[in-house]
Amino acid sequence: MPARPVHEGLFTDGHLIGGRCAVCGRHHFPAASICPYCGAGDVARVELSETGTLWGWTAVTAAPPGYGGDVPFGFGVVELPEGVRVITRLEEADPARLSFGMPVRFALARLHTDDNGAEVVTYTFAPAAGP
Amino acid sequence: MTRTVEIAGIGIHPFGRFEDRTVTELGVTAVREALREAGDPQFQAAFCGTAYAGVAAGHKVLGALGRTGIPIVDVEAGCASGGAALMLAGGAIRAGQYDCALVFGIEKMPRGIIRSSFFEPWREEAGLAATPAYFALRAQRLMRESGVTKDQLAEVVVKNRANGVHNPDAMFRKEVTAEEVLASRVVCEPLHLWMLCSPNEGAAAVVLRAAPAGGTGSRVTLEAAALRSHLPGSVLSEGTPLSGLADDDIEPPTTLASHAAYEEASVAPDDVDVVECQDTDAARELLSYEELCLCPRGDAGKWITEGVTRLGGRLPANPSGGLLSKGEPLGASALGQVVELVTQLRGQAGPRQVNGARVALGHTVGRGANASVVIVRR
Repeated sequence: MPARPVHEGLFTDGHLIGGRCAVCGRHHFPAASICPYCGAGDVARVELSETGTLWGWTAVTAAPPGYGGDVPFGFGVVELPEGVRVITRLEEADPARLSFGMPVRFALARLHTDDNGAEVVTYTFAPAAGP
Repeated sequence: MTRTVEIAGIGIHPFGRFEDRTVTELGVTAVREALREAGDPQFQAAFCGTAYAGVAAGHKVLGALGRTGIPIVDVEAGCASGGAALMLAGGAIRAGQYDCALVFGIEKMPRGIIRSSFFEPWREEAGLAATPAYFALRAQRLMRESGVTKDQLAEVVVKNRANGVHNPDAMFRKEVTAEEVLASRVVCEPLHLWMLCSPNEGAAAVVLRAAPAGGTGSRVTLEAAALRSHLPGSVLSEGTPLSGLADDDIEPPTTLASHAAYEEASVAPDDVDVVECQDTDAARELLSYEELCLCPRGDAGKWITEGVTRLGGRLPANPSGGLLSKGEPLGASALGQVVELVTQLRGQAGPRQVNGARVALGHTVGRGANASVVIVRR
């Protein structure tokens, strides 16, 4: 049974799918048909950078509503070079092992297996190997 | 010529858990008390703040009291629902539409982490509907940007729980120590369980009435009730977006609402004698000091350590015990603050009295994002 993304249109195997507004030039995530910042309808779907830096983080220690995966899991904000800060799961669930500005890289995370036996996956970021 | 709006009566049903009472019954208790205080006036409109009580919740309360027939408007604005209701009623009276209006808030919150229809199902499935994690991220940024320490977060809890001991309407009425707070389990680093308020149940009500201008005497007047929503782009806004901009200068809704309220009331932050502010978690209270422009950015931690906002300090914050002591029934919390502030201005707050208080500010912020700032004066 193949893996199923938790939601269509959020990510590819290697990138988040965002939107870039042709009018104000700003990026957003997830991609929308109308720019959430200026309201223009001229938005292109773009692959956002696969690497970014860590802007904030914590760990979720109890399963939030509607979540069927493992706890604890990392949770934070990653800043991408496009000028976007993205709320995301983090592969590292120990806050003590993370730091401000740490380079991180896009990855896929398995959430749980659905009723049809398919693995449900979502986007996450993991500490990137040093330069 | 706009008119002065007097707060003619206040009422509250204690905040807590009441398995044997419906949300309508909670509302009836608060509304009857407020109407009795005001001399049982004929009010021409009613505004009810609630987020979880369902369709026509305010109508049920007034139906139980035989007071329907007038316009009844149920208002939802997350944690600021009661502030939104107050804004609508106060504005209508100032404009001359009504002479007297009833404003109340009611709530019976689900147990545990607040589940919100706000989040799409996939976001819950992915674990991204973790409300306390957003609080934690905000707390971490505050610690980084304002130099707040975890010990200072604990001090907020100690202060508010000490105040709550003296509030018969609070859910938690026992003092705690910083050591106990820091020994409670970590929910989302840096926030420990005791640094988070408990969603619960309750109701609060106020009667607003047009009053002749000038010579306020012992009357408590509603000077401002401002409501604002978030600007787009702040990733940690209470709007809980999935992304934001790499921009640190986006004004939060609390600041927008506070500017509007200070202007409407013609008061400066320095004029405020007592404040009830959003303390969903301990960091949120400190952030509120800064976002309300009560203290300069970066001073909130110092303020709690120096006791500025303690009872007896220069600007006591949350003398009621705050949400950390009272618990948070969304639709009722903003009006619960107003009940406390009016009690303070009347000098009837007993052991938690802020002496000589003349100008009082109430603040809520939450899902939406919505923020309300209310200023009352004696």
